[in-house]
Amino acid sequence: MPAAWLKSGYPVSVAARRNPGARGGRRRRRCACPRRLRREPPVSAVRSAGSPQACLVLSISWDHEMTAQAQVGRADEAGRGSSDTSLRARAVAGGRVVPLALALVAWWFLYTRLAPAAAWLTFVLLGLPAGTPAGAAVEFFLYEVPKVLMLLALVVLGVGIVRSFVTPAWTRRVLAGRRERAGAVLAALLGVATPFCSCSAVPLFIGFVTAGVPLGVTFSFLVAAPMVNEVALALLFALFGWRVAALYLATGLTVAVVAGLVIGHLRLERWVEPWVYGLQGAAEPAPERLTWDDRLRRGREAVADVVGRVWPYVVAGIAVGAGIHGYVPRDFMASFMGRDAWWSVPLAVLIGIPLYANAAGIIPVVMALLGKGAALGTVLAFMMAVIALSLPEIVILRKVLTKRLIAVFVAVVGLGILAVGYLFNLLL
Amino acid sequence: VQIEVLGTGCRKCQLLYGEAEKAIARSGRAATLTKVQDVGQIAARGVLATPALVVDGRVVAAGRIPSAEEMAALLQADAEPGP
Repeated sequence: MPAAWLKSGYPVSVAARRNPGARGGRRRRRCACPRRLRREPPVSAVRSAGSPQACLVLSISWDHEMTAQAQVGRADEAGRGSSDTSLRARAVAGGRVVPLALALVAWWFLYTRLAPAAAWLTFVLLGLPAGTPAGAAVEFFLYEVPKVLMLLALVVLGVGIVRSFVTPAWTRRVLAGRRERAGAVLAALLGVATPFCSCSAVPLFIGFVTAGVPLGVTFSFLVAAPMVNEVALALLFALFGWRVAALYLATGLTVAVVAGLVIGHLRLERWVEPWVYGLQGAAEPAPERLTWDDRLRRGREAVADVVGRVWPYVVAGIAVGAGIHGYVPRDFMASFMGRDAWWSVPLAVLIGIPLYANAAGIIPVVMALLGKGAALGTVLAFMMAVIALSLPEIVILRKVLTKRLIAVFVAVVGLGILAVGYLFNLLL
Repeated sequence: VQIEVLGTGCRKCQLLYGEAEKAIARSGRAATLTKVQDVGQIAARGVLATPALVVDGRVVAAGRIPSAEEMAALLQADAEPGP
């Protein structure tokens, strides 16, 4: 019984989490506690999970957990055993492939017809004369809005499905006990794929650190997760092309890795609020048993959630872009945010750090700045600073970090972004 | 039924709290709904992503808001005697 299992006091899943053989759900029953413990004994795992009893508890509770999950997830089919679930999952996956494929074909069909449709709407239906600023602006708007939203929906659907596998708990299992260097790179990469919202930064930080994820590795994750995500990348790709998106991805990951390495190298564990390390590694909640049906539903929910939240910003951004496209002279801002103004990058970073917006909210501003001739590096540095660092996040992190560590964190990430800004301006 | 909504007070956490309230009202069952906002308490439940929903001490959803049907099923499933 799950409740009894939780009350039994064994941090069972600490052992399971740190047991490399137990990463997959089904292999979990195999218990390799002793081998695992030889490698990297986490305090809590040694204390209670080292006994054969704990292994027994693990396997028993796992069985119950599976049955319980099956009941919870499919109350309409109560009574079915857990062995039935995988068969059902396969059948459902088969039944889902066809509609999904049809939807993708329809998506592609629509996507390839957006440009002629926008032209037809502008010049035939609305009757705007071709070659005028008004016509160009309206055509740009009518083409870009559906294009960006369709690309965003596709990317978010894919990432939503991937994220049903890459949960924060899974990421923590992968990162626990890693060395700083490999760990930092891995953490930054996983930060892109793992679902994350900056309001859960603190529980995540505590969960990572108490499970034996090194501090620097944890910071790599905390920098990469909000800054380099699928929404930012999809929007940059759709609006500015794959080069900008790829550069953002590469430099964003580099900033995250370097920041994590620096913080790890400085051995700043002593600047974490002491009560954090006093916490015991809590038992990890049983992983969810998801069928492909569930995963697809997660993907669809993600699309509804993200596109529902983001579309006003996209429309506003493209409207700004369209206005500039048609009217404002392109080098309007070039004099003070252009490539030659060396001081504009640090200024953009300094202004961006306290501001808070997500990747979508900043897009209208980015469109406006770029459209008016600001240098790409300066604008992207501004964007990164706004997304990666913010006053609200600093206030939240203050609960677990001392002021000194926050200062180091902000300084390291800010300097990294500064370097990115200059690099972009040099390269492009 | 003991239902806890774990969250540090962000928009989604408040949304989840509202959804849980509605689900309980619909199910017509007696349930206590509490908000857990203390970070230490949240971490002690092994939750890495907020908002999270805990039913009788068991984490049933973390980092997302379960759909109305899912929550109804959770409340129903809980009424059956455990194994």
